[in-house]
Amino acid sequence: METVEQLRDRLLARFPGASVTVISNPSPSAQHSLLLDHAHAREIALYLRDEPALKFDQCSNVTGIDWPEKEITETTKVTVPDPAGGPPKVVAQTTKRREPGYLEVVYHLYSLALRQGPIILRLRTGNRADAVAVPSLTPVWRSCEFQEREVFDLFGVTFEGHPDLRRILMWDGFKDHPMRRDYAEPDDYEWEPTPHGDVLAKAKKHYPEKPAAEPAKEAKP
Amino acid sequence: MSLTPEIGGAHVRAVHDEFHGDLLEVSMGPHHPSTHGVFRMIVTLDGETIVKLKPVFGYLHRNHEKLGENTTYLASMPYTDRLDYLNSMSNNWAYALAVEKLAGLAVPERAEYVRVILAELTRLLNHTCLAGFLMQDCGCSGTPLMYAFREREKILDLFESLSGSRMMCNYQRFGGCRVDPPAEWLAGAQRLVDGYSAFLDEFEALLTGNEILMARTQGVGRLDPALAVSAGVAGPMLRATGVGHDLRKVDGYGVYPRFEFRVPVGAHGDTYDRYMIRILEMRESIRILQQALAGLPGGPVMDPKAKLRGFRPKAGEAYGRIEGPKGEIGFYLISDGGPNPYRYRVRPPSFINLTILEDMCLGHTVADAVIILGSVDIVLGEVDR
Repeated sequence: METVEQLRDRLLARFPGASVTVISNPSPSAQHSLLLDHAHAREIALYLRDEPALKFDQCSNVTGIDWPEKEITETTKVTVPDPAGGPPKVVAQTTKRREPGYLEVVYHLYSLALRQGPIILRLRTGNRADAVAVPSLTPVWRSCEFQEREVFDLFGVTFEGHPDLRRILMWDGFKDHPMRRDYAEPDDYEWEPTPHGDVLAKAKKHYPEKPAAEPAKEAKP
Repeated sequence: MSLTPEIGGAHVRAVHDEFHGDLLEVSMGPHHPSTHGVFRMIVTLDGETIVKLKPVFGYLHRNHEKLGENTTYLASMPYTDRLDYLNSMSNNWAYALAVEKLAGLAVPERAEYVRVILAELTRLLNHTCLAGFLMQDCGCSGTPLMYAFREREKILDLFESLSGSRMMCNYQRFGGCRVDPPAEWLAGAQRLVDGYSAFLDEFEALLTGNEILMARTQGVGRLDPALAVSAGVAGPMLRATGVGHDLRKVDGYGVYPRFEFRVPVGAHGDTYDRYMIRILEMRESIRILQQALAGLPGGPVMDPKAKLRGFRPKAGEAYGRIEGPKGEIGFYLISDGGPNPYRYRVRPPSFINLTILEDMCLGHTVADAVIILGSVDIVLGEVDR
């Protein structure tokens, strides 16, 4: 099988203008992955599926990863001239920078026809708040249908072009995305919005309103 | 009347013509006994014919993956038992394999053999149960299921004597197995394997040629091989469509390349083929078990360098998968160097095999949908996680 670097070069030659980056994996498994840009993701996926030399006909696993915003503290040594006129001093300087967070979707592809794989594709969202859309690969591999719905449900990534993007494991009225790293469990599970609230409100219509409570009788002396 | 209606849009008719009248929407489950747990499907019916089927998940959801991220690597091992609670030994192996890939651990030869023995016993257990449940779904109430459970109990007794628990085995470890199976246990396993063919002969004499079973299952729930591959269908479901894909052969993980066995494939991809594939796979499992029990080497069952406490793999990621009884069960792990996995993902075969449930059921009746679902072989602990 081609290495990931060869595959990247092949994709870049085939799709000029596309951005394909190798994300290397330092673990002993050495399963490196390819980061794709949104504009070419579906074309590249179709190419990977249909090209006779590749034939990645099965997308085995789809999952999301949450990478929250990170604060990175870097310490650098800076040479500062001494204002008193002495020899320049070496001062340790700490700078803090923030690395923006994003959500990532990972696809594991295998070829049943040629018995090779895995090829791992990654798609990243712009941030974790409002730019959370990535192109859906369900039109390319049917197996993405439920798994992308799961990523949408648990991570909050929206898939453009997905035929039926609804929550799948959590209920429809649920608001948050529980697999995000900063998800906080509600203090009171009873409060959590459930379909029962609406149902109970509807059910109230069927019952006559209770008469106003009578004033409490005066306590006997 | 043909028993094999076309799959796809052929039977999906206009919704409100005068002849068919209104459609009926039926919510099957989550408490319907035929749904094997708390699975629910919203079925739209034209008379008795299914024109639309939408599965609804999540009644057993407990966010298994979040639990995996909040505990250490080793502490997730017992949680994997609860995924597909019929096949805890296979789940353990898949998880151990993924962690071994992530950390680069070696497994002693004896442990690999023990894993094969346990995984194949699990396959026997799962397929026997499936055949019993499928008969139950067909309306053959009781007898085959009780026969299947009688054999299952024998295997569970073996599991209990080895691991301490019938179903929640928690037996595999990263770099080997928890305890070394003693000679008496191996003798017991040998006795069970020797007697299993006779049980299968009896079971098949009762069922395989049965005319009612053939009428109920042949041509029902056909699955197209190209669609099956595209939809990520794995395991016996995929092989029943004629695609000879078995990870024991393709990946050759563990010591499977040393054993001689065949991969049965179906010809029609219907419910009967899915039943038959399981029976044939059990025959092959018995062959593997005979070879593994005969060739079991001595030595340790744990890699002496493997650490159980304070286990912190280096940063990186790995995807490990095995051929579970229900299909490809895989674990995707990302380590950031800490004691807990940064990301812990299960690739659940039962869940992904349900992607094409609607395609298989369209044009069939509700009674057929029940046996099609039965032949998919789902366990809700794994579907909903």
